[in-house]
Amino acid sequence: MVLGLGVFYLWPVVRTAYFSFTKWGAFGGSTWIGFGNYRNLFHDHEVLQSLRNTAVYTLIVLLAVPIAMIVAAMLNQRGLRGVSAYRVFYFLPVVTIPAAVAIVWRLLYNGDYGPINYVLSLVGIKGPYWLSSPTFALIAISIVGIWMVLGQQIIIFLAGLQAIPQDLHEAASIDGAGPVRRFVSVTMPLLTPSIFFVTVLSVIGTFQMFDLMYVMIDPNNPAIAQTRTIVYLFYERGFIENDRGYAAAIAFLLFGIIMLLTLVQFRLQKRWVHYV
Amino acid sequence: LCDGGPLSDAEAKASSERDADGVVSRRALLKGLAGVAGLAVVPGGLLAACGSKSKAPSSGASSAASSTAAASGSASSSASTGQAAHLTCGYWDPNMNGPSQQIVAEFQKSHPNISVEMQQTPPAEYWTKLQTAVSAGGGPDIISMNGPNYQLYASNGVLAPLDDYIKRDHVDLSPFSQGLRDVYKYKNAYYAMPFNFATIGLWYNKQLFDAAGVKYPDENWTWDDLKQAAKKLTNKSKGVYGIPATSDPLYMPQEEYYNTIYQAGGYVISPDGTKSGFDDPKTIEGLKFWTDLQAMGVSPTYQQMLDTNPSAMFISGKVAMFYGGPWRATQWAKANLSHVDVTQLPKGTAQSRTCIHGTAFAINAHSKHKDEAWEVIKSFSSKAGEEAWGATGILIPAYNGTQDAWLKSLPQYNLKAYIDELPAALPYPVSRNTAVWQKDAETILSQAWAGKVDITTAAKQLAAKMNDDLAKEK
Repeated sequence: MVLGLGVFYLWPVVRTAYFSFTKWGAFGGSTWIGFGNYRNLFHDHEVLQSLRNTAVYTLIVLLAVPIAMIVAAMLNQRGLRGVSAYRVFYFLPVVTIPAAVAIVWRLLYNGDYGPINYVLSLVGIKGPYWLSSPTFALIAISIVGIWMVLGQQIIIFLAGLQAIPQDLHEAASIDGAGPVRRFVSVTMPLLTPSIFFVTVLSVIGTFQMFDLMYVMIDPNNPAIAQTRTIVYLFYERGFIENDRGYAAAIAFLLFGIIMLLTLVQFRLQKRWVHYV
Repeated sequence: LCDGGPLSDAEAKASSERDADGVVSRRALLKGLAGVAGLAVVPGGLLAACGSKSKAPSSGASSAASSTAAASGSASSSASTGQAAHLTCGYWDPNMNGPSQQIVAEFQKSHPNISVEMQQTPPAEYWTKLQTAVSAGGGPDIISMNGPNYQLYASNGVLAPLDDYIKRDHVDLSPFSQGLRDVYKYKNAYYAMPFNFATIGLWYNKQLFDAAGVKYPDENWTWDDLKQAAKKLTNKSKGVYGIPATSDPLYMPQEEYYNTIYQAGGYVISPDGTKSGFDDPKTIEGLKFWTDLQAMGVSPTYQQMLDTNPSAMFISGKVAMFYGGPWRATQWAKANLSHVDVTQLPKGTAQSRTCIHGTAFAINAHSKHKDEAWEVIKSFSSKAGEEAWGATGILIPAYNGTQDAWLKSLPQYNLKAYIDELPAALPYPVSRNTAVWQKDAETILSQAWAGKVDITTAAKQLAAKMNDDLAKEK
């Protein structure tokens, strides 16, 4: 176990750190260039733009958290029939290959023949070319992102909801609390550990988004600058342009950002997360 | 297709991770990057290097082989040393899977001491996998090459130089067209043998031409003829357009502006590979050809074509003309298009009408059996070999005069147009790190195709960026 972790994970991380300080040719052979790659990072407007895109994507996909919470609360109602069928239904996107998801959504978003624009046309709206419009492309991808993570979050919230002791709800009812009040005053506070967990995972996951973007946005798409995520940039620099030292530096920048965001979230949790 | 299956792969991986030289580092880095970024994107196959699988023969087998070789009078160099060689040949085109088996079997009849194992890798993974394998000192003995990647490999000492072999065996390269030879000449030396080629032709839908009362295009057409016809063919109320003003997929300049740049007398990269031609006025003329078509309204919009690809539009009769490579013939035939045909591209102001590209076979510099590998690629690119490949109908052999079988493979189309264009065809533009500026061209020009930036501005911006890229290659 330790050997496996060491050989396949830790050692490569150390090597990556080393290579982020080198210039690396297409077929190996590296030269030490100190902080050169990192200095370039901060002057590379594509890096800044990609970070911005990634942050926007992450923020939009975080909207999945309240949606998942509401759906989970509805599924958790007593006496609801076919709960397991719903669970399977919501969980399906999670176990579907992202590339397949992306291809299907590409068809849905088709500007001329896509079902989405067809439905819009019924109410008299001429839908845009979703995936090639700089204004809408990132939003369109984010919607797919939400659709994909929803299932997992619902399952976690369901587990969280089922762990809330029923007598608390009963006590609240006796005190005269209606369903909304019970949700806000009993369910929500006791669900905060789940919310925290889901948010942390969601931020880590969305900051690493690559596959949706890779499949849905072609390299010649005029909206690429507005949709390129940081991992996609890493891929471009490392595997298309063969500048792997620089790509390693991008990977480390991403690593740093994710670590920082996670640390901040752990710090803040003391203020709002209630453990039973 | 790694020999030995997952177990030996895992072993190979584990043992090389433990080494401490550059080999490991590359693999470790890939893995590290994947780990740090948490990527699911790096395909597993990428890390699984297929090593060169040259096997030392048992003494019995080798003596048997050498005696057979002697009996059959083979002049192969390995026959003299009495070694049997097992070679691997990597390629990406799945169409070659079946036909290559026949051809290899034929080759082995005359070279019983050489066995060749054909290894196909899907096109999307071929280059990443090859690069990883080669960096680790492995990879197949014989490597399929294309233009954009050729100089990257040749300049890094990954490919064995072929000039000595060519001289030794008096191989005549003149039957290969000048344009194609130029693609595979690097610093006045050859590291690969030309194999097949593709030029670009003008496909047209006869039904739509008849309906609009427009004469079919022929080899005398000029840019103006094409524009006039496109105008007459466009019928927006029916959703029919003259021609899609882009390539398909949309980032394949070979089917698009590389041709019109050459037709206008422009260039993409200077012959010495140091300077971009995108700011040359003639090059810009060649690019403007496409934005003009859009401005005239005879093409679907760029955004429409991003969502619905142009070849699908051609098949469904939504566009009347199409700039397409020879592979389109197979595509149209599969879609049962009997009412389409092909002719040469319309002429611009310059002599050349088209850009030529083709694949080639090279020898891995790490191979333990270079001499035998040379026998194989020499045979593939020989007159007889090219005829045999051509007869399979899957590619146009590059050796002049061996293309008849290919022409007959789809007699319903005037495929000869592709061969008639050969003499004046200009080479597909490449440099040491072609992919870098190709990516910049995609990104920057897409703004112009989408009508967001003027084409002259975009071309100049691209030239500046490409010159930076080229400067970094040194």
